[in-house]
Amino acid sequence: MILLVVPHAEGKISKAAYELVTAARNIGREGPVIALVLGSGVAAVAAVAARIADQVLVADLPELEQFDPELWSAAVAQIAQEGEASTILIAASRDGRAYSPRVAVKLDAPLLEDVVSAQDRDGALVAERYSFLTRVTETIEAQSAVTVVSVKPGAFAAAQPASEAAEQFDVDLQLPPRRIVVTGKEKEDTGRVALAEADVVVAGGRGAGSPDGFTKLIVGLADQLGAAVGATRAVVDAGWRPYSEQVGQTGKTVQPKAYFAVGISGAVQHVSGMNKSACIVAINKDPDAPIFHFADYGIVGDVQQIVPALIAELRK
Amino acid sequence: MRILALIRQVLDAQETVRVANNKVDLDGRKLVMDTMDEYGVEEALRLREKGADAELVVVAVGPARVQEALRAALAMGVDRAIHVETDVAHDAIALSSVMAQIAQAEQADLILCGGQQADWDSQALGAATAERLAWPQVTWTRELELNGATLTGKHDTDDGVESFALSLPAVLTTQQGLNDPRYPTLPNIMKSKKKEIRKGTLEAYNVTPKVKLQHVAVQSKERMKKILDGKDAPAAAALLVHSLRQEARVIQ
Repeated sequence: MILLVVPHAEGKISKAAYELVTAARNIGREGPVIALVLGSGVAAVAAVAARIADQVLVADLPELEQFDPELWSAAVAQIAQEGEASTILIAASRDGRAYSPRVAVKLDAPLLEDVVSAQDRDGALVAERYSFLTRVTETIEAQSAVTVVSVKPGAFAAAQPASEAAEQFDVDLQLPPRRIVVTGKEKEDTGRVALAEADVVVAGGRGAGSPDGFTKLIVGLADQLGAAVGATRAVVDAGWRPYSEQVGQTGKTVQPKAYFAVGISGAVQHVSGMNKSACIVAINKDPDAPIFHFADYGIVGDVQQIVPALIAELRK
Repeated sequence: MRILALIRQVLDAQETVRVANNKVDLDGRKLVMDTMDEYGVEEALRLREKGADAELVVVAVGPARVQEALRAALAMGVDRAIHVETDVAHDAIALSSVMAQIAQAEQADLILCGGQQADWDSQALGAATAERLAWPQVTWTRELELNGATLTGKHDTDDGVESFALSLPAVLTTQQGLNDPRYPTLPNIMKSKKKEIRKGTLEAYNVTPKVKLQHVAVQSKERMKKILDGKDAPAAAALLVHSLRQEARVIQ
């Protein structure tokens, strides 16, 4: 069987779940696509998963209320072993990438990490992924009876839900004790369109000038375009914007149809989070800013003047 | 107690990537300690400066040249280094076995390791090493304190920042924002030349790569680079909006 772990948040199935199903169905390996739902109060998530997978395994347990890499990896490895899974697919979100290596070690399996394609070739799994700060595409191969694959969000199309729901089964798990105590959580829900899923992203850097400048210019332009807001690490570190908006090596990876980089110089760490965007628009006062090398369109000029002019033009 | 910092030597982020003989060409290029790992080295030094009675050891696996990165960590103030020499590239899961064996031999209490390596773009080494040792792990640490054998701090997760507490031993992965790594001082650079780099060979650790690299290609998405002069802001804005609507068709 091909086992996939269903990503979800706030009681809702994530878009990445549909993408994992597509990855599983196109991988070219035999067996049903089994979705594993781990969490507490996840009946609604399991019901949606039943429309996209061939079978759903559910562990709805109070112990699984809070994500923990040790608990998640123990659960996934156990189910993979019991079901003799050939392939285990996990979303390559930050949490997914924190526990998938542990699953690989438990199963003595190779890990194909953060892949954008995955295909069986004569028993070996061949995948493509990015490396060197998203500047290189490498093709990698794992020859193993069991392989763990973490799948880059946004790399696969979403699977279409079926009209019939697949069967659901509860599973018993032998979970290890929780050793990390979570003493607090700062959730950052901005109430805007989700950054990783947006068609248009407007991102700002230090060039926005100040927190107020950011709100007026970057958020203002995003509002006008119905876009998500992104930020550089420097802006987040300065406390201007929440971490959830950070794009780059230590933040989110996005690939919208249009990415507006406003007052962003274009450090490789930032570019590695956005250089897969279909169209990149750069606005910066420095004509030598590296961001212009990655831009399809751009304006060399003062963002304090250009952005209000853009907003006015879009309003026309 | 003993703190291990795992480091890798990688291509400097400012260097352009080139491919030769189906791999990224590192010959004659500027190579540095991975900045993500550097935050781990710095944090180990800070934990000691804040009172932890700890020996600090830096570990790297790779060809002879990685000793430059180990020397850089020693010059920052780490006590000694371990270099496992090999010219064969290994994936993070295979390497984690070496790191775990070293941690056991060294009776380490805490391992610090970069959150994502700038060559692999992998986040697996810390987590896989923790699993092999049956230790807990915290990824993407942004704040850290050590009181006795209790670690507290904050780290980044999918949906925000989480505060945590756990007991040693543990693996922590580090990132930008945790601290500002120091520059080595001249006296420390002089002192570091006398510090030990213990050398071993990979054969002693019985690992084989689990993932084979088939092909490497530099991404070459050509950008149009239609850059306008913004001296006349309204005119430039009008032209840009027109292009995005009519030519690129990416906005309404």
